Amino acid sequence: MACKEKENLLHGYFDGELDLMSSLAFEEHVKTCPDCAQELRSQRTLRESLHSSGLYDRAPDQLEVRIRASIPGSSKQVAEIELAGKRRRWEYWLGIAAAIAVVVVASLALVNSMRSEKSENLIAQEVVESHVRSLQLGHLTDVPSSDQHTVKPWFNGKIDFAPPVTDFAAHGFPLVGGRLDYLDHHNVASLVYQRRAHFINVFIWPDETKTNQLPQTETIDGYHLIHWQQDGLNFWMISDVGQDDENQLVALIRQ
Amino acid sequence: MSPVKQAVAEGTRLETVLLSHLDAAYNLARWLVRNPQDAEDIVQEAYLRAFKFQAGYQGGDARAWLLKIVRNASYSFVEKRRPSEIVEEFDETVHLQSAESATVETALIQDVESRLLRKSIERLPANFREILILREFEGLSYKQIAEVVGVPIGTVMSSIARARTQLREFMLGMRGKGVQRGL
Repeated sequence: MACKEKENLLHGYFDGELDLMSSLAFEEHVKTCPDCAQELRSQRTLRESLHSSGLYDRAPDQLEVRIRASIPGSSKQVAEIELAGKRRRWEYWLGIAAAIAVVVVASLALVNSMRSEKSENLIAQEVVESHVRSLQLGHLTDVPSSDQHTVKPWFNGKIDFAPPVTDFAAHGFPLVGGRLDYLDHHNVASLVYQRRAHFINVFIWPDETKTNQLPQTETIDGYHLIHWQQDGLNFWMISDVGQDDENQLVALIRQ
Repeated sequence: MSPVKQAVAEGTRLETVLLSHLDAAYNLARWLVRNPQDAEDIVQEAYLRAFKFQAGYQGGDARAWLLKIVRNASYSFVEKRRPSEIVEEFDETVHLQSAESATVETALIQDVESRLLRKSIERLPANFREILILREFEGLSYKQIAEVVGVPIGTVMSSIARARTQLREFMLGMRGKGVQRGL
């Protein structure tokens, strides 16, 4: 048992919920308190057995079908109407797009230099949409394999850069496979990792600014996004697994 | 895009986002009502509510919003249909018999462990159980849990501490009984 007055703090610390000062203060306390140190170890064991217990109850496949079928003005119909609309718009815009292409090219350099917060927000939104799409049945991977020596060569010829592909199964993040995706007007590599019952997408593409940027975090629609730039590549990680789990994977990839 | 089309598009997008959290919704309901068939019905009902009242979604964390609806639906179901279910006792005989029928030793141990864990979680009071599930199985932050459950963050922290302490006590207690019976 932890000492009584520290019990709540111990759990806050264990869950990564304390602010920096309280967290450091608690670490100092643990150094001199064998009870709290023992309790932390015991909590880690409990968490490991919870996570490896197979007690996460996934929704049966027919449930999604049932729900979709019961939506008034079934989503399938709406999706078809949407798609038809998109096609018509697409044809219309194609003409206009050709006309303004010249202008776009001329201003591309300017736009590039003005890449702002706003474009990051747009990318974040695209990342969320790609992630959600990838979770729909049969969209997760183009090359399902836990073998990094299968996944890495698969990207050859499909993209003009070499994403770092490593299986982290030993650390509890098994590689599920790779996928070609399209984000921010680039062909991008997506590596899919699994953490317990959750999937993590890591999108990678060349970073034109060639600057290193430390990981930045945000949450959209319940998904945690972490973005950083390293060795000339952009990385966007997204999942609904816990923030601390994602931080662990970021650390593994950045090593 | 016309306002109508835009509304349809936003509806479709929210629908897709909400459906991507189906496992989380089902897992929460499953643990709150402790019956797979009831959980399915509750989740379906919760989604219909969510789609119907999507105007009530103010942006922000869609998963927390959905889980809140699922949680409320689970609680009204439990209150309405099964007032006695809440204090259901651990059924030792079922648990031990089925465990003994397993053959491979490691599988047996794992099986017993995970049954023990399931029974112990199910014995937790619902307000502790839901917080534990959201934290450990969904990885929600205290802030997100507070949003789903509708309590202050401080209460989340003290509840999670007590939930884990009780969980371990239940497990130790049951393991003790198992040992006496020669498991």
